[in-house]
Amino acid sequence: MAVSETTPGRAARERAAEYLIRRHYFSWPEALPWLIAIACFFIFPDRMTFGSQVLIMVMFALSLDLILGYAGIVTLGHAAFFGIGAYTVALGFVKLGWSEPITGIIAAGIVAGIVGIAAGWFILRYRGLTLLMLTIAFGAMLLESGNIRSDFTGGYDGLPGLTFDPLLGMFQYDLYGRTNYWYVLVVLAVVFFFVRRIVYSPFGQALTGIRENVRRMHAIGSPVHRRLVTVYAISAGIAGIAGGLFTQTNAYVTLTVFDFDTSAKVMVMLILGGTGRLYGAFLGAAVYMILEDKLSKMSPSFWQFGIGLLLVVVVMFAKRGLLGIAEAIGRKTKRGQA
Amino acid sequence: MPQLLTIAISVLFDGLAYAMFLFITSVGLSITMGLMGFVNLAHGAFAMAGGYVVVSLTRSLGIDFVPSLIIAAVVIGAVSVPFERVLYRPLYKSTDLEQVLLTIGLAFMAIAGFTYFYGPIPKSVPLPDWLQGDVSLGFRAFPTYRAFLIVVGAALIAVLWYAFEKTNIGAKIRAAVDNRRMAESVGINVDLLFTLTFALGSGLAALGGGLAIQLFGLTPSFAVLYLVLFLIVVAVGGLGSLKGTLLAALVIGIIDTGGKYIFPQGGNFFIYVITVLVLLIKPAGFYGRE
Amino acid sequence: MTAALEIDKLDRSFGALHVTRNVDLTLARGARHALIGPNGAGKTTLINLITGVLRPNSGRVLLDKQDITALSQAERARRGLARTFQINQLFRGLTVLENICMAIGERDGHNTNMWRSAGSKRVVIDEALDHLESLRIVDDALKLVRELPYGRQRLVEIAIALAQRPRVLLLDEPAAGVPSSESHLILDVVAGLDPNIAVLIIEHDMDVVFRFAKEITVLVAGAVFTQGTPQQIRADERVREVYLGQEHGHG
Repeated sequence: MAVSETTPGRAARERAAEYLIRRHYFSWPEALPWLIAIACFFIFPDRMTFGSQVLIMVMFALSLDLILGYAGIVTLGHAAFFGIGAYTVALGFVKLGWSEPITGIIAAGIVAGIVGIAAGWFILRYRGLTLLMLTIAFGAMLLESGNIRSDFTGGYDGLPGLTFDPLLGMFQYDLYGRTNYWYVLVVLAVVFFFVRRIVYSPFGQALTGIRENVRRMHAIGSPVHRRLVTVYAISAGIAGIAGGLFTQTNAYVTLTVFDFDTSAKVMVMLILGGTGRLYGAFLGAAVYMILEDKLSKMSPSFWQFGIGLLLVVVVMFAKRGLLGIAEAIGRKTKRGQA
Repeated sequence: MPQLLTIAISVLFDGLAYAMFLFITSVGLSITMGLMGFVNLAHGAFAMAGGYVVVSLTRSLGIDFVPSLIIAAVVIGAVSVPFERVLYRPLYKSTDLEQVLLTIGLAFMAIAGFTYFYGPIPKSVPLPDWLQGDVSLGFRAFPTYRAFLIVVGAALIAVLWYAFEKTNIGAKIRAAVDNRRMAESVGINVDLLFTLTFALGSGLAALGGGLAIQLFGLTPSFAVLYLVLFLIVVAVGGLGSLKGTLLAALVIGIIDTGGKYIFPQGGNFFIYVITVLVLLIKPAGFYGRE
Repeated sequence: MTAALEIDKLDRSFGALHVTRNVDLTLARGARHALIGPNGAGKTTLINLITGVLRPNSGRVLLDKQDITALSQAERARRGLARTFQINQLFRGLTVLENICMAIGERDGHNTNMWRSAGSKRVVIDEALDHLESLRIVDDALKLVRELPYGRQRLVEIAIALAQRPRVLLLDEPAAGVPSSESHLILDVVAGLDPNIAVLIIEHDMDVVFRFAKEITVLVAGAVFTQGTPQQIRADERVREVYLGQEHGHG
């Protein structure tokens, strides 16, 4: 008699299957960040320009979570794709007179994604320090190239005076950045929708498998390199969209978008929030940007010291970031209630 | 003398001096990364700290430049020991990412700290008379300081080579880089070796930092600005290899100097190109182990 | 007799270290073949050469008469070659069920899908549960691999390999590290494997070898020392000297 013919056996099977089937269902806490983002519009109507930048950083951090948190690719050069997206929009305006915003960010995403495929195809054959160095070198090369051709890129002084058409021909931009805030929020929601689907898909599972045990993935027939290049390209595209939005909302772009600092910053944000859980990007980017806004004005040195200290503390005591701490508290209260 | 030859000699000379600086500062990082498998992004901070110690010793205490260099190397080497024992040691088995984050955090704290105490304005160091000006080498004159750098570098290379190849400790370090578990099982005290090597590497970094002041000026951001360079030398040369670090330093030093002669706005572009090319062909660097 | 796996003069050196010397070996369909030899003989190296973790300096590997020597690990796996590792290589942070689904997903190409949820393929989940049932670990389906005792993890390791529906299965010391109270679980599984699969097993326990194997290859210092049926090997004095003499108390 097969095990599953007994009632307890059958029940165990059903329970197991249910777990996998329900894994991707939305849970109510997931609505929280969106509700908060919408609420901010009404609570802080005069901080909307800052709000847009926070949302853009969330998107950037989200793109990093895809490759770092899920696929396990450690990179300190992701600003390269943010910068490519930013300059695609900027140069599109300067050289081609392209001022339609939505097609602008689509173009930014596609250009960054294509570069992501090309770069990823080469460097993702490597791991560890070699990979890290290649990502740093790649980012630095883009920065230097931008500097060399500062006639083209505006160098560190940048390209000012960029203007863009009203969204969908209807929504005019206002001085307070309110239109921009909704624009970025909607784009973020769309991007997030797709990222969430990817993460819960079999492809997303395969990425986790690559991160957890790449030897085993090879042994079960997984085309690891192809998977990594694919997710790297998607992540690059999303970073590019974030970069494009950056240019559009600031009406200005400089070479600092390519800085090593920018790559390090987005990594700190993601680590702070917690990797591999998508919402860590929200939490980390928001907390970082708000703290930076408040503290770095007081003293840039204290801010830098604080970030350094934070990193040390997180690594030594809170590896899973703020979300990890929240989860641990959640588990403890559940146990207390049980 | 033909123009091209003059330029070539200048490039070689300056490139060699630059290479010596790169070697002295990076060799410690290469050995510790090869030995402990630990990604130490705070290495640049130790170099920077060494530079500031030299500045304080020469300017505030009136000690001569060369003795200051030695004192700075010893002091920073000693100071690095508690870092290794307390902060780094628990993370030897951790992921690369965690090591990167911890050491970047330490570097940030160091930069902020030194900015607070020394300010962001670049510092210089008073050189003794005999190190200033030019020295004549027969057919032409070269800046004395750079010649000094080359001599110091060559001497250190000789000392390190001897220490690694001919002494007992050197053999133990090479064995542990080669195969840590095997080294442990034949009774080598790997823990002590780590601490010693780390102290030596940090001390050398401090020396390099002190020597760099005259070349580049010293600000707290030296810690991250030049960190990328040190990492490149280490990655291109191969972790844990003296030969590799030297070869990488020479290649990068000379090509970068030459590149900047031909193409001054190029910045560090050539260095990055070399890095990418070498790593794509030999992912473990010139003399690295797969 | 159709050869499921054929190794033809496989040779590999690491510098001066000659780890695999001109090894010939054939696995028929449904084979039950044991690979034995003293420590350091190069048994795992041979498995690594067969699966593609290592490339040989010379020689060929043929799967169902097809030359796979130039293929990557993953390509060989997709053609029906599965292996277990001497030390478990599992997805420790995932549940047992997800581990098995991962193998099925790769096998059937589901893992290229970025749009549907991983749980939407009921057929994959059911097959995974069937595998777990046949190995009697279905109750562990939702446990994280790292929470299981080592013996049960070892069963998951075998389950993953079986979930690939391989034609050739290479087991590298399947009972290694398993406490003796649990090793019968592993051995029952090995004994009950699908008769159509060609199985090569590296094993040190001579009881297991003589019970399971229909053919034995003895590997010494990277070269085939001798080959034969269990009776022939058992009777061979030279094997006893070179190998059994070094083992403590079996047989």
